[in-house]
Amino acid sequence: MALLEFDDVSVTYRSRGADIPAVRGVTLSVNAGESLGLAGESGCGKTTLTSTVLRMQPKSAKVTGEIRLNGDNILDMTWGQVRALRWAEASIVFQGAMHALNPVQKIGDQLSEPILLHSKVSKKDADRRVGELLEMVGLPARRAEAYPHQLSGGQKQRVMIAMALACGPQLIIADEPTTALDVMVQAQVLNVLQGLVKELNVGMVFISHDLSVLSSTCDRIAVMYAGKIIEQGPAADVFDHPQHPYAGALAGAFPRIGDTRYRYSPSGLPGDPPFPGDLPSGCTFHPRCPVAVDRCSTTEPHLVKHASHETACLLVGSEIA
Amino acid sequence: MALLTETPARTPSSAAGGWSNPSVRYAIKRTGAALSTFIFVLIFNFFLFRILPGDPVALYTRGRNVDPESIRALEAKLHRPIGQQFLEYVKNPFTGNGPSVKYNASVWEVIAPALWPTLLLVGTATLIATIVGVWLGIRSGWSRGERFDVVSTNTTLVLYSMPEFWFGMIMLIVFAVGIGPIPGMFPTGGLSDPGVNTSTPAGWLNVAWHLFLPVTTLAVIYLAEYSLIMRASIIEERGQDYVQTARAKGLMDKMVRREHAVPNALLPTMTLVFLNLGFVVGGAITIEYVYSIHGLGSLTVDALQGPDVPLLQALFLLFSGAVIFANLVADLLYGYFDPRVRT
Amino acid sequence: MTMTQPAIDDPNAASLGARDVVKARRKASRQRFAASFRQNRSGMLGLTMLLTFIAVAIAAFFIPASSLDVTQVTADPFLPPSLQWPLGTDDSGRSVLLLVAKGAQISLLVGFAATMLSMFIGTSVGIVSGHYRGMTGGVLDRFTDWFLVIPYLPLAIVLATVLGRSLLNIIIVIGVTSWPGTARLIRAQTMSVTARPYLERSKALGAGNLHQMWKHVLPNVMPLVLANTTLAVSISILSETTLSFLGLGDPTAISWGSILEQGFSAGAISQGAWWYLAAPGICVVLTVLAFNLIGRAFEDILDPRQETA
Repeated sequence: MALLEFDDVSVTYRSRGADIPAVRGVTLSVNAGESLGLAGESGCGKTTLTSTVLRMQPKSAKVTGEIRLNGDNILDMTWGQVRALRWAEASIVFQGAMHALNPVQKIGDQLSEPILLHSKVSKKDADRRVGELLEMVGLPARRAEAYPHQLSGGQKQRVMIAMALACGPQLIIADEPTTALDVMVQAQVLNVLQGLVKELNVGMVFISHDLSVLSSTCDRIAVMYAGKIIEQGPAADVFDHPQHPYAGALAGAFPRIGDTRYRYSPSGLPGDPPFPGDLPSGCTFHPRCPVAVDRCSTTEPHLVKHASHETACLLVGSEIA
Repeated sequence: MALLTETPARTPSSAAGGWSNPSVRYAIKRTGAALSTFIFVLIFNFFLFRILPGDPVALYTRGRNVDPESIRALEAKLHRPIGQQFLEYVKNPFTGNGPSVKYNASVWEVIAPALWPTLLLVGTATLIATIVGVWLGIRSGWSRGERFDVVSTNTTLVLYSMPEFWFGMIMLIVFAVGIGPIPGMFPTGGLSDPGVNTSTPAGWLNVAWHLFLPVTTLAVIYLAEYSLIMRASIIEERGQDYVQTARAKGLMDKMVRREHAVPNALLPTMTLVFLNLGFVVGGAITIEYVYSIHGLGSLTVDALQGPDVPLLQALFLLFSGAVIFANLVADLLYGYFDPRVRT
Repeated sequence: MTMTQPAIDDPNAASLGARDVVKARRKASRQRFAASFRQNRSGMLGLTMLLTFIAVAIAAFFIPASSLDVTQVTADPFLPPSLQWPLGTDDSGRSVLLLVAKGAQISLLVGFAATMLSMFIGTSVGIVSGHYRGMTGGVLDRFTDWFLVIPYLPLAIVLATVLGRSLLNIIIVIGVTSWPGTARLIRAQTMSVTARPYLERSKALGAGNLHQMWKHVLPNVMPLVLANTTLAVSISILSETTLSFLGLGDPTAISWGSILEQGFSAGAISQGAWWYLAAPGICVVLTVLAFNLIGRAFEDILDPRQETA
């Protein structure tokens, strides 16, 4: 049984009388000790999808399908059960740690808060655990006395990671944890996350728009576009041999030095990602696709197994035009 | 088990003491600003009545019969070199302008007994208004858009649009005089019934009964503003990322509000509330007038009818000084409570 | 080598095009704004109330002077509301309804005029102090802060006493005591506008300070100025009412505040003549509320906060 399973999950917002599908029929799974990279541009639904794991989606959003954590459907749980599992079984490292910490509370208090909430330990024990957590991410234990504004961006991000670990969850969702950081710190933070998966047997969902980062950090990658998974498979395969034209463009946007393939293939895509309330017909990618054919505007492709991974493209796999 | 090596970090600078302590620097800066404002007020107060064209003596004696001897003395006084007058003024702002024209006593003698009634009235009203207003603002802001919020916001908007003295008069008519079937239950003015010894518990009760209507009037008007400010503040905090983090940690809604949103929301609210202290002073003046309470406000209204210039100037200085001081206290408190300033 | 490039040589051609584009853009955004306002229920309610009072003030021009002359009225004083006297009579027998209608004129006039003055001073000081960061800006900012701290009513009382009682003076007093709040706000907005790149481009093109402030900063600060103005009018009306009530207004003018002063001094409270005090007061409340609602509607449109779960 997988640690986390999305089973045909759809999330629809209701805004000004219109239904906006942010996530459309996603099926994914993550096992313990495994890291799944979730790639895609802004607005493709990655954050919305993962917010459902802790039932953090906005009140106006309707969720269908099943989201199972250790076999239990989160959507069926009572609020009390949801609050109990928040942080204790699954936690999130939020995007933009700059403002995700309470500016008037000490770091140590913010770290010990979930510990004291979810387990019956004394304040002293909680403080000791906070010290351990800080050291785990490479910060001295006395930083617990500091306030968020006294830390640098990289340090704040590491505090967020430490916080996500506080209650020893089985699943961690890291939402663009390195986007706002400079390259050197990015490398350090990625090392931390990779180490966690291996040493603590934690399951991780790593969200990023940077495919190259995902390819070197994760076991598997799933690429999302307009609320759907359009390609998924082993990380290296998806990055080195993308099948879907969008995945190819995404991979090409972050070239590796010496990559001759990049030098000869066009990079960048025209246009913007579609607004979820106004999706194109057929394959939602067809207006921007460099290799689209007529059929692409009328028929919506499904995920089909081809070679080592699955792709949703009419031109790939058994549905060759 | 360290997965990362430590990179050099900023040490919290509150560890340093003395002049380099940002807390101390902030306190000094704010005190300096308050002093400079007060000096500005002193100068402004002094020159205001003398830079106008025309005879300053006429201003002092407008609409009154003053005997020629006093006029001559006044003239002699006011026609001295401005520099000399200013120095005398600075030496003692309360007497440097001469005695109160109306009461024929030194200005300070007139003001001193009026201090306590005003403090009692304004202090009580502000205390109640702050407690109720902040609570109301938090409740309505946190449940924004729901019934409680809609009702309370609309009510406070209407209260906020009301002249406080008018509300006071209506209260008087309804509760003190009585209209239709409702009998008058409260006194129509004054701080206590004549002849009552206000230092006994029975006396206190009498004072409280007299103060009930004016304090309620002021408190209701003040709390409308405080509640609107607090509401806006809480709404702002509610949308912040750290609130989302708190929710994700599994905290109950009430805890998220109490432990995270409210402490952050109180800071700008505190600042805005103190910034609007002038509003509190204005209310005191008109309500004391309507309810015939012999405090500083009543004195001001008396003084402007003369006009009793020395008294008016002294009162202006007193009011301004009080507000400046209160603002300074607010700044210092803010510096203490906001860790971003303290460290 | 001669080449004719008429389009580029003609200086008017290019600038005409640019100006037209700007005009069209501004017109479109004004229309969008009006459409959004129409959808705002409380804003429309405020606008309706305001227009009603303006209509009353205009209608008041038709009140014969004899009806408001204490020497010419024939009714008994302190009559409660009835069919003949819908809002009762005052202490001299004048119809309170007519008094209140007449009072609308001065109350609204002073409210608007004082606000114009205060906005003019406040916006100028705000833009200048926000634009000139150095010495000038710093001094102006200090000056604004000083003024801001001084409590409003004592200052207004002192000024009104010194200047004397007249309509013009009351407008001046209110205008001069309320500009700091606006200046502060405009200054903050100016500083954020100044930080935007297009102003740097304009500077690079050689635009002088005045040009920048007039053509670039002002239009961008205008929406906030608009929202602030409506709120400022509500404060001005409250101020005029208070000052008139304390006896500092024009003794010959009838305003809602002066009616209240008259009623209070004539002992309406002890007489139980609630209509005498309720009518002008309710007018003040409704008018001020109208401006507050409109102002809040403007703020909502210009700076909408999305409802988050």
